[in-house]
Amino acid sequence: MGWFTKTKESIVPSNLWTKCQKCEEAIYSKDLAKAAWVCPKCSYHFRIPVRDRIELLLDEKSWQELNAHIKTADPLKFEALTSYDERVKKAVLKTNANEAIATGLGAIEGFPVAVGIFNFDFMGGSMGSAVGEKIVRLTDEALRLRRPLLIVSCSGGARMDEGVLSLMQMVKTSQAIARLSRERLPFLSLLTDPTTGGVTASFAMLGDVILAEPGALIGFAGPRVIEQTIKETLPEGFQRAEFLLETGVIDMVVPRKDLRATLAKLLRFFSAPTHTPKFEAPSNGADPSAPF
Amino acid sequence: MKELPFEHHLLELEKKIDELKSLSAAHFLDLSQEIDTLTQKLEKSKLETYSNLTPWQTTQLARHPRRPLCLDYIDMCFEDFVELRGGRQFPDDNSIVAGLALFRKEPVVVVGHQKGRDTKENIFRNFGMPHPEGYRKALRVMKLANKFRRPIITFVDTPGAYPGMEAEERGQAEAIARNIMEMTFLKVPIVVVVIGEGGSGGAVALGVGDSVLMLEHAIYSVISPEGCASILWRDPSKAEEAARALKLTARDLLELKVIDEFIEEPLGGAHRDPRTTAERVSSALARNLDRLKGLSAEELFQRRLEKYRRMGVYSEDLQ
Ligand SMILES: [Zn+2]
Repeated sequence: MGWFTKTKESIVPSNLWTKCQKCEEAIYSKDLAKAAWVCPKCSYHFRIPVRDRIELLLDEKSWQELNAHIKTADPLKFEALTSYDERVKKAVLKTNANEAIATGLGAIEGFPVAVGIFNFDFMGGSMGSAVGEKIVRLTDEALRLRRPLLIVSCSGGARMDEGVLSLMQMVKTSQAIARLSRERLPFLSLLTDPTTGGVTASFAMLGDVILAEPGALIGFAGPRVIEQTIKETLPEGFQRAEFLLETGVIDMVVPRKDLRATLAKLLRFFSAPTHTPKFEAPSNGADPSAPF
Repeated sequence: MKELPFEHHLLELEKKIDELKSLSAAHFLDLSQEIDTLTQKLEKSKLETYSNLTPWQTTQLARHPRRPLCLDYIDMCFEDFVELRGGRQFPDDNSIVAGLALFRKEPVVVVGHQKGRDTKENIFRNFGMPHPEGYRKALRVMKLANKFRRPIITFVDTPGAYPGMEAEERGQAEAIARNIMEMTFLKVPIVVVVIGEGGSGGAVALGVGDSVLMLEHAIYSVISPEGCASILWRDPSKAEEAARALKLTARDLLELKVIDEFIEEPLGGAHRDPRTTAERVSSALARNLDRLKGLSAEELFQRRLEKYRRMGVYSEDLQ
């Protein structure tokens, strides 16, 4: 399963200036935040903090967070070089959040939505029991209020420290989408850099519309795992959003500045009253649920 | 016979017993007392070894080259198997077999990962590591079961979905996700049996069921012990520790409520007595299919949601 042990370097500007990872331009940090974390010179999309993502996508003051208190319970008492418990505590301190996803209600240009936003700074945005549960409860809300669901993914995949229970979150979250699907409520899946492993191979790939930010790394296996398997270096741009668009895996690549307008367009489409053709019962009176 | 490190002393004893037996036959010697003593010692030793396997030893047994594979169970537990190889989208993926069969005279659909027995077979089977088209073939055949209202039985045995370039290009992640969701919707009972390695997402793509069973020495994990060791210990040789930490044995999974039951293997593992193992698998399948028989499509759907929704451990303490 894809996994990022560590970000190459912290993208949070502790200094006045931030160096672009792509074109190496030094950018005044305040300007970068103001430009929604997109390099003014080369349009490289930096990872974006959850609060800035909320501001970018949602109508002012529409965000109402849900289930922020849910956290992991270390079901395996997992211990590697450091204990899972310690790693979680560190992540909580670093992010000031209890888990790797923030979930809540909000609106996009007036359209009410249920929203989940992954936080990569919290253990690589990995999905364990708490993340799975928060996604399911968010879906409960979407169903209760009959709202579309939007999840902004940014994750290395399943959280190893919870073993097979993390793996089962793939089923749990995919089934949440199955429930929405049955109720004909739309699920918009926005993939950001990076989205890999058990997150990609579950709910994130089940969007009625799958959008991605430019340059986002999206895949099942992480590039290093693939390189080790095939013993070759991957070509430039492999597993990037633009490549996935060409291979037909995702629907669209949308620059950050156009995201809100694009999502609103989609929500308008899905929110319009449905066109219902008259249902005609079989003329022979047969039971439509019969096997033949 | 290929041996595992912890089996060495048992095989030595077996060899000695065989030697004594042929010696006594060839020279008309009565060595029965010596043979009896050694046989008792062997049985005792076996019991000690196999009832105290470490998770890493279990992992090795789960991957044992002589362990019965999907097609072996199809052969031993089913009749009139007809393999359907068409996924309709891409050249066939031989790491997954799918088809129609009779189980105790009832028509069913069987799907499973298929590993190889030797290098040549393994190359043909891609070591049981499917590409997206394998999962899509599995889904096509499972939908056939749905259409004709036949129960589905899946056998899980894979190191994982294949992490290669073509697999990514053709949407490996989507194929897995799609199977998970579509299996949830299927209107017929699904019984899953983890027979060897339940390797991560590649296993889950055939692993959503109303009953999930597991052989005693099979494993099921989010990542291989070696993979976990190289990431969290930064040292692949720590696989033994990782195997322990990951809680990947059938007993662990039962405790974590991820599987519904485990099927005991003959002493020493399924490969030592495939026939008995298959009989136990068959009766577990029969029992579970019977239990699911009366449920409506809606009941199956709701029960699947409840089953997986309960999985996971988290805290809601406000402090
Ligand atoms: Zn730049």
